Amino acid sequence: MFDSLTEKLEAAFKKLRGQGTLTEDNIREALKEVRRALLEADVNYKVTKDFIDEVQKEAVGAATLRSVEPSQQVVKVVHEKLVKLLGETTVDVVISDPPPAVIMVCGLQGSGKTTLCAKLALRYKKKNKKVLLVAADPYRPAAIQQLQTLGRQIDVQVFEIGQARPQDICREAVNRARKEFVDLVILDTAGRLHIDDELMAELADIKKLVDPKEILLVADAMTGQDAVNVARQFHERLKITGVVLSKLDGDARGGAALSIRAVTGCPIKLAGIGEKLSDLEPFHPDRLAARILGMGDIVSFVEKAQESVDIQAAEKLEKKLRKQQFTLEDMYDQLQNLKKMGPLESLLEMIPGIGKALKGATIDPKGIGRVEAMIQSMTVEERRNPQIINGSRRKRIADGSGSTVQDLNRLLKQFVEMQKMMKNMNRFKFKGLPKDALPF
Amino acid sequence: MFKFLRNFKEGLSRTKDNLVGKVKEAVGLAAKVDDNLLDTIEQILIEGDVGVAAATRITDNLKEKVARESIRDPNDILAALKSEIAAILKSARDPAHLDSSTSPEIWLILGVNGTGKTTSVGKLAKFFRDQGKKTMIAACDTFRAAAVDQLAIWAERSGVECIRAKDGSDPAAVAFDAASAAKARGFDILLVDTAGRLHTKTHLMEELKKIKRVLAKVVPEEAIKAKLILDGTTGQNALSQVKLFADVVGKIDGLMVTKLDGTAKGGVVIAIAEEMSVPIDFVGLGEQIDDLKPFDADTFVAALFE
Repeated sequence: MFDSLTEKLEAAFKKLRGQGTLTEDNIREALKEVRRALLEADVNYKVTKDFIDEVQKEAVGAATLRSVEPSQQVVKVVHEKLVKLLGETTVDVVISDPPPAVIMVCGLQGSGKTTLCAKLALRYKKKNKKVLLVAADPYRPAAIQQLQTLGRQIDVQVFEIGQARPQDICREAVNRARKEFVDLVILDTAGRLHIDDELMAELADIKKLVDPKEILLVADAMTGQDAVNVARQFHERLKITGVVLSKLDGDARGGAALSIRAVTGCPIKLAGIGEKLSDLEPFHPDRLAARILGMGDIVSFVEKAQESVDIQAAEKLEKKLRKQQFTLEDMYDQLQNLKKMGPLESLLEMIPGIGKALKGATIDPKGIGRVEAMIQSMTVEERRNPQIINGSRRKRIADGSGSTVQDLNRLLKQFVEMQKMMKNMNRFKFKGLPKDALPF
Repeated sequence: MFKFLRNFKEGLSRTKDNLVGKVKEAVGLAAKVDDNLLDTIEQILIEGDVGVAAATRITDNLKEKVARESIRDPNDILAALKSEIAAILKSARDPAHLDSSTSPEIWLILGVNGTGKTTSVGKLAKFFRDQGKKTMIAACDTFRAAAVDQLAIWAERSGVECIRAKDGSDPAAVAFDAASAAKARGFDILLVDTAGRLHTKTHLMEELKKIKRVLAKVVPEEAIKAKLILDGTTGQNALSQVKLFADVVGKIDGLMVTKLDGTAKGGVVIAIAEEMSVPIDFVGLGEQIDDLKPFDADTFVAALFE
């Protein structure tokens, strides 16, 4: 559904063949595509319009560079501008003395407040802070139990006094925190609509009573055009100090972040990137800018790879590759590493350009399983020295792994090609993978 | 019927202010029908989350109509826009109705995190019970802390039976037990609440396939209806959600769009009807137990324009 912006721009510039430089006219043409990309990423209409107007001015100035690839140049200008708008540096949550510091978490229903509270609590518990979670949502059925369960999971104390007024709950909690020398109090408030006057007034009351250091608005990364209204209302009523973007692990482009930032001027401080309570990250403006534009997110990809691949094992593999000793055993290990990194499709999406190369191709996770089964059905000797696999061995391996001899033949052929490629890698500069290099 | 229409109007009043209100304003200011006016309409549609593709198509159709029927009066544009949107909403398949021949019918409630699945199941249970249907709930969200407790409270409020899973247990097993019980005891409908999952997580989507597979051992496959819950505040990602969930369970039989009582909503409904042709069964218009309403294209458009 979403083609990458670079691709669209290339198409737009093809129409203007023979025009190697950026002129006012072809920039305007290109920016139409940028506009569409931003709107499809749910950036607010007005924010988009202002943005495009500014880029138009700046890009014309850059035209004198006589760029070889005008499309790339436009993307660069747009990307830089986006990063600037999203906030150039990563801003962290502030918890300073004297304790207890209070963080108030607010947002619409279902934006992910309770989960964020638990994630925050875990984050500061790991920094040796004494944390108190406060169940200040007496409205939603079982909201208190949810926070209690999460509190148990991370071993953090949860304060609750049942279905009391949220103002009273929060005041009591902060009083208790003072007595018990708690460093950080996290208030999990009820989800509410930004136009619900009564409930918004309740938040303002709580703010007055407990004077929170941070007021964080949790925003769903999938929010549409309405993000502006939500953020504006919360900011007007509460003067929020920061935004947390939740559910960034989906495929939403997260344009709402840009809208919120433009309307409130508040930094986006954190990003929720998964269901595990450790899945909370500082927000990186440059990465989100790339994502909004559909440019892929190579930095996240590399980081993810680093997390799941054992460095020593990788070095060992590199040595083997140099000595041309890559075996089916190594291939098996590589598959395990790949699996640890999560669903393949989402990994591939992070790599710039690969979306285009593999468009429409779906990767069958079972394919990896089949390859694994075949390798596992081989003897150690066979894995290290596949040349010995003759007809009867082939039949045995195929039967043992529930596949066919044809499947096995394909795997072995691909393996030989991979070996060849490895040799070439040592001898020449790496030119890229052949089209059917991967056995799945 | 009139009460029903009024409920709809109240719930959607903000959509109306934002979408149609703005169009009316633009029409009022315009001296004649020109590209300026049509561009403004396109902008308003995009701001209402209708989406670039759908908004462009609607305005293109309007332009064509203006030329063909030589519309001069800006006020006539409004009627044209109304019929344009109504046509899109009606082009989606008919919303499903309970088929008594396949009892129990099983509604598999799907959606990403935080769209309001559990709450909607609670409200749906009340809706069906009020219609005199023997209704059962299966609480299969064993992942989110206390989700099962939350649904049990809803079941109590709406007075229906609830089969509960233990936190962390296998949701498919609970679904199977509930389906067997509902069949043995002659229930009309079983609502299966599942854990929220982002549509990009393959392993979680596999779990959904398993639940559906297991249910198909108890009832015929056509009695299992996959219902996707969409958050009304969601933008263009809603399209991706419909597509990827459909890939997993075969097909989405109906949508429920929640939280339409906020601001600037409803547009996404048009985008989905336009691009996916999936019928909308229910819309959520508020927090009360009766605020989930069956969707009807005519009523929706009428409430929007009158």
